[in-house]
Amino acid sequence: MIKTLNILGKPSRNKLSLFVPIGFSLFALAIIDVILSSFFEINITSILPRWLNFFTPILFGFVGLHYIRIEFSGNRILDKLNKNINSNWFNAILTLIIIFVLIKNIPPLLNWLLIDADFVGTSKEECSREGACWIFINVWIKRLMYGLYPNAEIWRINLSFLMLIGLVISAFFVPIKIKKYIIIFLLFVFPFIAINLISGGNFGLEWVETTAWGGLSLTFIISIFALLFCFPIGMFLALGRRSSAPVIRYSSIGFIEFWRGVPLITVLFMASVMMPMFLPDGTYMDKLVRVIIAITLFEAAYMAEVIRGGLQALPRGQYDAGKSLGMGYWRMHLLVILPQALKLVIPGIANTFLALVKDTPLILVVGLLELVGMIDMAKSNPDWLGFATEGYIFAGIVFWIICYSMSRYSQFLERKYKTDR
Amino acid sequence: MSDQIIQMENVNKWFDDFQVLKDINLEVRQKQKIVVCGPSGSGKSTLIRCINRLEEHQKGKIVVDGIELSENTKNIEQVRAEVGMVFQQFNLFPHLSILDNCALAPIWVKKIPKKLAEEQALKELEKVQILDQAKKFPGQLSGGQQQRAAIARALCMEPKIMLFDEPTSALDPEMIKEVLDAMVNLAKAGMTMIVVTHEMGFAKEVADEVIFMDEGMIVEKAATKEFFANPKSDRTKLFLSQIL
Repeated sequence: MIKTLNILGKPSRNKLSLFVPIGFSLFALAIIDVILSSFFEINITSILPRWLNFFTPILFGFVGLHYIRIEFSGNRILDKLNKNINSNWFNAILTLIIIFVLIKNIPPLLNWLLIDADFVGTSKEECSREGACWIFINVWIKRLMYGLYPNAEIWRINLSFLMLIGLVISAFFVPIKIKKYIIIFLLFVFPFIAINLISGGNFGLEWVETTAWGGLSLTFIISIFALLFCFPIGMFLALGRRSSAPVIRYSSIGFIEFWRGVPLITVLFMASVMMPMFLPDGTYMDKLVRVIIAITLFEAAYMAEVIRGGLQALPRGQYDAGKSLGMGYWRMHLLVILPQALKLVIPGIANTFLALVKDTPLILVVGLLELVGMIDMAKSNPDWLGFATEGYIFAGIVFWIICYSMSRYSQFLERKYKTDR
Repeated sequence: MSDQIIQMENVNKWFDDFQVLKDINLEVRQKQKIVVCGPSGSGKSTLIRCINRLEEHQKGKIVVDGIELSENTKNIEQVRAEVGMVFQQFNLFPHLSILDNCALAPIWVKKIPKKLAEEQALKELEKVQILDQAKKFPGQLSGGQQQRAAIARALCMEPKIMLFDEPTSALDPEMIKEVLDAMVNLAKAGMTMIVVTHEMGFAKEVADEVIFMDEGMIVEKAATKEFFANPKSDRTKLFLSQIL
């Protein structure tokens, strides 16, 4: 059937100057046809019968791509094009369909997101245009970032995060000797300074209850603490599960399988509703702390299995070599086994961390409002009904940026620690 | 005798139901070089892995340099620090440079200052002639170079005894010689060595005694010349006729 297209002879290298212009013109015609009919309501092929009319762009494009499908044409760009998107008739059709779908969808999307959208203003009424109403986000941004934290005290959150960013950046640039101390400070001291600063209650700072915390800053606080704790706990569980002592092994297995077996949402309910009943009388543990503990233990179980995968991938010879040099259990694991195992499972660890960050919105069910929770609250405000789409798109973009940067960082680490070959 | 460094008395070991070592009796004197040979599965690797307790024996007694091997982890670690081991698959640590491979255990187990440990590592690397590879990672070295690095790594702990578990079996024929040369030099320097190998040339050149094992038992144990010139058991004769 395709051979009937070769009325001008088979497309070949000798007749490049004949086929390429014809092919590209037909291809361009197909695209112009789609653009005109989708956005200008002009149909240049209206003379044709209706059933054929609909398929004309595909037909034009198909014939066009067939004419430019010339192997070893000598033109680098053309060869590359043919190899990647036009290697046979099926791929040509897929290419055409994808191009048409993009042409039909991207401009309206951009219109809604940017061109027809309202950015400046203070009230719902100023959203007069057809596109998205970003004024909604604009007005609520403070709440989306800081939750119900008192406005006058917001500098405390800002200061904490600025210090965090400053420390992280400086850790990248200072010499290794100082870097060590900065990292230790970051991991073991700073989190508690920051939490003290944000919660207040001492040094003349006003006490801010955790129920007032919220928004993106809460997302970060929960994620950072959970990440910090779930990693070492997961590591111990992974080692425990491989321990030769039955008590340690079975309690690790029990712990891991228990936490992996229950949904996070029930864990959160348990932490917020049931746990206070089990605490001894008179002791009080903040709801946020309980939630962080719950998320930490939950993710630690997953982390344990990821790390165990890495431990199992190591050949036995590495253990033998470590032992034969006189290293005990901990030295062998810290110096030889874990560095290699963790390196192997960087993608898995990143995966678990990403899942953790994206699990944080679930704390909504126990009444803590991080970014998504605040959007939920904002969109149900009587003055701002009907802007759920904008809110969720905003949340999606923010989460995507966080997760994508984590993913890139994990890829960077993978390359950095790659020592084989 | 006072210069005995390893004593094995009636050592028995089972892997589940399968008995890998049957009533092994062996005495090694200081500076003695012993080559262990035998068909695969005869228990020779297990034998030397028992000496630094990479494998546990279930019955009998093993004393290394006056320390009896038992459940006591302190003893085990002490013995391991005094007994160097070289493996068939090199088992270098791939995440560390050759220099760090060598200096790691001295720094963390023997608590030698980093600078001293590295100096010593460089010295040992020079002895096995791969000083120029010190900054590279194991994956960047040839098999022969890796095995020599593994020898240097074991020597950095200044062991009293060196165990070799088929050190040349995973190497290309061309690289066997460079590893054997390093081992011969070590033997000449007076190290106590137990070597599991199929390299009979090496055995003839270096060994004081050769042990032939089959089915978990020491079938024959004799001075090197005697062993090759005048083997007593039929099993040994058969083995030698096939391997030589």
